[in-house]
Amino acid sequence: MTVERAPLDREEDVVAAEPTRTSALTRSRTRTAWLLLLPTLAVVAAVAAFPLGQTIYLSFTNERLADLRPPEWIGLDNYRRLLEDDAFHNTIWVTLRFTLITITAEFILGLIVALVVNSQFKGRGLMRTAMLVPWAIPTVVSAQMWAWMYNDIYGVFNDLLNQRLGLIDRNIAWIADPDFALWSVAAVDIWKTTPFVALLLLAGLQVIPEDIYEAARVDGANKLQQFYKITLPLLMPAILVALIFRTLDALRVFDVFYVMFGARRDTMPMAVYAQNTIVAFSRTGYGSAVSVAIFLIIAIFVVIYVTTLRVERS
Amino acid sequence: MTTATARTRPTEAAGERSRAQSTLIGIVRRIPFYLLVVVIAVYLMFPFYWAFRSSITPNRDLFATPVQYFPENPTLDHYRAVFSDDNFMRALLNSTIVAASVTILALMIGAFASYAIGRFSFRGRTPVLYIVLAMTMFPQIAVLGSLYTLITELGLFNSLWSLILTYMIFTLPFTVWVLTTFFQQMPRELEEAAYVDGATPFQVFYKVLLPLAAPGLVTTGLLAFIAAWNEFLFALSFTQTPNKFTVTLAIFRFEPQTAGGFEIAWGQIMAATIIITLPLIILTLIFQRRILAGLTAGAVKG
Repeated sequence: MTVERAPLDREEDVVAAEPTRTSALTRSRTRTAWLLLLPTLAVVAAVAAFPLGQTIYLSFTNERLADLRPPEWIGLDNYRRLLEDDAFHNTIWVTLRFTLITITAEFILGLIVALVVNSQFKGRGLMRTAMLVPWAIPTVVSAQMWAWMYNDIYGVFNDLLNQRLGLIDRNIAWIADPDFALWSVAAVDIWKTTPFVALLLLAGLQVIPEDIYEAARVDGANKLQQFYKITLPLLMPAILVALIFRTLDALRVFDVFYVMFGARRDTMPMAVYAQNTIVAFSRTGYGSAVSVAIFLIIAIFVVIYVTTLRVERS
Repeated sequence: MTTATARTRPTEAAGERSRAQSTLIGIVRRIPFYLLVVVIAVYLMFPFYWAFRSSITPNRDLFATPVQYFPENPTLDHYRAVFSDDNFMRALLNSTIVAASVTILALMIGAFASYAIGRFSFRGRTPVLYIVLAMTMFPQIAVLGSLYTLITELGLFNSLWSLILTYMIFTLPFTVWVLTTFFQQMPRELEEAAYVDGATPFQVFYKVLLPLAAPGLVTTGLLAFIAAWNEFLFALSFTQTPNKFTVTLAIFRFEPQTAGGFEIAWGQIMAATIIITLPLIILTLIFQRRILAGLTAGAVKG
């Protein structure tokens, strides 16, 4: 995987630099290192490792938060119910469609934006700054901003498309109408995240050496050939890393859906279903099983990506 | 494609043609390109413009058709209403407390760990690094149920402490990861000179490396602050009463002072939106280079 290369590769340097030191010194340094790591490991154990274990345990129980009786071990019952839970299956389907739509759009648009910003033009610095802004604001804020633009009577989209341009013949309830809901929420995510993807791709573009293009021009390659034969292959590592991060984010999407739709069944992603089960219905046991299922689904994607990366490299 | 367009100087190809002519051709050839630039800029900025115009449009114009693209009667009424809203001001304070505490804690704890990972060689270093990496991709939803139970049992439900503690889950691993790259980039000689002079590892850390890591601390601190400021899932799940809300929750559950007879006070919500976005925009503008460096260190280079 590309992600961990930088820190790991350095290990050899660190080791190589110390062969002459005495073993007593090495031991003392090892002790110091673990001492330094202790607070971090303690926090990680408290807020992540222990809760993860607890979630797995709870997923085998009928724990309910309002219930004073201790939770009972019910084995695989929660998971059996999960297999028959149509509402949950629908959330998987919604999440996957959302992921596919947003990732595709974000990478196509992000690549275009990155190529534009990688060129020389007046206002380039300003543009790069502007690209950071949608990334920096809370998702809740972008969701509210767009929800207002989507308003079926006073929203700017209906006004623009219907009253001014006449592209549609009636006002559309972008959020309420099930035909448009998923696309509307995807548009918010695409707007917020495309600039971020573009910035990651831009960082990848900037390390492609200029002389390769020079050589390609000398050999008579046109712009399109240069793009397909040079830019795209050399950008692939940056694309794949950004792809992993974006897919993981999209699969656990919560904020934008919850703000725009609340707990609406037909447009509910997996994370909202889990949160709703745990918090609103206090069904911690079943909700934990949902959480574990989400975790596994995300893990499947990670494994697929990592394996693909390995194959690409070898 | 565009990358190459920019690199081909029009003058190179022009040869004998007069300079003025070739400049003109260059400009004409670049018109589609500049159109694309304008389209991208409008796409990025329009939602902000719309939020701003709605925040200064009085209700009678806001909830009227045809929609006004430039407010005819600009007003600060919505801002006045938001600033006199105790719950919203409380949320601003809560978010500041939570985000600042989380940032300071994550930096303090994380700096030690990244010093160890970045500057020491020891058995178990690689597994620790893998744990940190795995944690940066950890889905929060996976631990929601047990954290909810834990927080309730500890009596921390509906307190800012519940947020400060749980926000460590996404700020700390990220902080360690990015700071480690900063520590690794430092020259070894400085550290060795200090050791030769008899300094202990902790003295080396405080007196030599930490000052050098200051830019890295600013970058990671900023990213941690933004992440904590923007968080929604835990705030939604672990707090209940408006006096414990953070800004994201306040924006979501906005209850207007005076709804003005309209169901949702969009004007006030947009004013609140501008208010909580502005500090982030200013921070981003000031530290844009550092943020970019931190983001690419965290995501691209590793």
